[in-house]
Amino acid sequence: MKKIESIVRHYKLEDIKAALMTIGVLGMTVSEVRGFGRQRGHKETYRGAEYIVDFMPKVKIEVVVDDSKSDETITAICESARTGQVGDGKVFVSTLDQVIRIRTGESGDEAI
Amino acid sequence: MNQSSFWRKLVAMFVVLLVSRNAFGQESAATTAPVAPIEFTTEFIVHNLWIMIAGMLVFIMHLGFATLESGLTRSKNTVNILFKNTMIICIGLLTYGIAGFNLMYPGYDGDATVDSETGEPTEDFEDSGFFKFAGFGFLANGRTLASADDAAAEDEANGNTEAIDAFNANTTQEYADYTLFTDFFFQAMFAATCCTIVSGAVAGRIKLSTFLVFATLFVLISYPITGSWHWGAGWLARRGFYDFAGSTLVHSVGGWGALVMAILLGARKGKYTDAGIRVIPASSLPLAAIGVFLLWFGWFGFNGGSVLNADPGLVSLTLVTTTMAAAAGGFTAAVVSWIHSGKPDLSMSLNGILAGLVGITAGADQMSGIDAIIIGAIAGVLVYFAVITIDTKLKIDDPVGAISVHLVCGIWGTLAVGLFGALKGTEQLVNQLIGIGAIGIFTIAFCLVTGVILKATMGLRVSEEEEEIGLDIGEHGMEAYSLSPTRLH
Repeated sequence: MKKIESIVRHYKLEDIKAALMTIGVLGMTVSEVRGFGRQRGHKETYRGAEYIVDFMPKVKIEVVVDDSKSDETITAICESARTGQVGDGKVFVSTLDQVIRIRTGESGDEAI
Repeated sequence: MNQSSFWRKLVAMFVVLLVSRNAFGQESAATTAPVAPIEFTTEFIVHNLWIMIAGMLVFIMHLGFATLESGLTRSKNTVNILFKNTMIICIGLLTYGIAGFNLMYPGYDGDATVDSETGEPTEDFEDSGFFKFAGFGFLANGRTLASADDAAAEDEANGNTEAIDAFNANTTQEYADYTLFTDFFFQAMFAATCCTIVSGAVAGRIKLSTFLVFATLFVLISYPITGSWHWGAGWLARRGFYDFAGSTLVHSVGGWGALVMAILLGARKGKYTDAGIRVIPASSLPLAAIGVFLLWFGWFGFNGGSVLNADPGLVSLTLVTTTMAAAAGGFTAAVVSWIHSGKPDLSMSLNGILAGLVGITAGADQMSGIDAIIIGAIAGVLVYFAVITIDTKLKIDDPVGAISVHLVCGIWGTLAVGLFGALKGTEQLVNQLIGIGAIGIFTIAFCLVTGVILKATMGLRVSEEEEEIGLDIGEHGMEAYSLSPTRLH
C-alpha cells in the first residue's frame, strides 16, 4: 500500500479530484496548507511597502492506494495538476505499514 | 522642550487662530453691502433637517452594499470588491458635483406646465424633456442661474448684492423645502447606488481599470439622463409616469447595467462546465447579513427622504410601507426556499428583504400598509425564482443576485404603482410600462455601446490565471485576510 501526498495549487483541486475519480480512487483527504518550495513567496504591498509572503497557500491531497495502482495514480495527479509554471507543487510517495477500517476492523488492501 | 512650555505654546497658537478668524469674519462682513437678514420658517428648518438626515442614511447604504457584496463573493476577491465600492462612492460624488446633478435637474420647463386654475397640464413645452444640460458645477443649476439673473436686474441700481442674493435664494424656502446644498447632498448619495449594483454582478472577473471607467461614465451620463426624464421634470414626468424613490430610475437602471455587463463578461471560470453548474458559495454570511440590515436601515432615508419634506403623515406612511414590504419579502423568500429546496436559505431570505425594499420603492408614498405587504411578498417570491432561473436556465453568472433583486423587483415595483394603491388604473399601468421600457432601452444601449468599446480597447476580463489566484493578489497585491507569517522587506 502506498500513501501519495501531493501539494498542489488551489484551483487545480477540482481537476485532480475528477482525474482520480476517473481511475477509480475511492477516497481522498484534502487540507489547506501553507509553505514554500523553490517558487518561494509572492510579493504583496501594504500601504506602499512591499513585502514577501513566504508561505504560499496550497492544497495538500492525501490518497491511499494499493501498490498496483500507485503509478497510475501518480500520473493522474501530475497530469491534472500541471500548468508548466513554477509553483505546480510536488508529489510524495511513501509505503504504508497498515490500514484499518475502524467500523469493521478490516485491515490491509481491503480497508482502502 | 519641556512639557509645560509645549502646552503653553499650543494654547497660544489656538488663541491666535481664534482671534484672527474672528477679525477676518468682521472684516468680510464690513466690506459687503447691506443685505436683508435671512429669515427661515420653523417648517423650513425641520424639512431641511430631515432631508439632510435622510441623505446620511442613504450614505450608510454604501457600507451595506460593500459588506453584502464582500460577504456573498469569495474571500480571494474581497479587497477588490471593497476597493470598487470605495471608489464608486468617491467617483460618484465627484462626477455628480461636476456634471451629473445639472444633467439630472437641468430645469426643464416642466414645472410651469400645470395650469394653475384648472390643474391641467399645458402642452406647449419649450424643450423636449429628453436632454438638457445646465452647465458644469452644481451651483450653476438652471434655477440658480435664473434667480441670479432676476437678482441682477433688481440690484443694478443699488449696489452689487446679486451674488449674495443668489446664494440666499438657494439656502432659504425660496429654493424648496430644503436648500440647494441639501438637494445636492441627498441626490448625490443616490447617484452612486446604480454603479454599486453593477459592481456585485461583475464581481470576481472584471478588470478593475475597465470597471472604474465604466462606472464613471455610467454615473456621469447614463443615470442622470434617464433620471431627468422623471425626477428632472422631463418627458416621463409629463406623461404621468410615477416612480417615487427609484425602483426604475435607480434600481432597474443599475440592474440593466448589471445584466448587460454580466452577459458581456461571461461567467466566472469554472461556474458552468460540461459536468454541470458548480455552486460557488458565499465566503461570509455574517457579512452579508450585516450588509442587508444596513441597507434596510439606509432605505428609511432612501424612501423617507424622497418625500422631499418632513410632512408628518407622508413620511411616517412611507417608513411603514417600506419596512412592511421588506419584512414581507424576507418572509416569503424564506418560506418559498424552505418549501422548494427543503431547507430555509439565509442568503435567499436576505435577498428577499432587498427585493421587498426595491419593490416598494416606486410607490412607497401611494400604498397602504396592506398594499405594501402584498407588493413585498410578491417581490420575495419573484426574487427566489429569478435567482434560480438566471443562474441555472439563462446561465448568467451573478454572484450576488443583483439582477434578480434590482432589475426584476425594480420592474415589479414600478408596475405595482399601476396595480395597487392610490394611483392604480390602466392608464397608470401603461405609463409605468412606457417608463420601464424607455429607461430600459436607453440604459441597455448605453451599457452595450460602452461595454463593447471597453472590451475592444481596455479588455473586460482579467487573465484566467489572475482570476484563479484571485483579484486581491492580481489587481491589488494584497490579501483581505492576511494570516500568513510575513517578513518586511
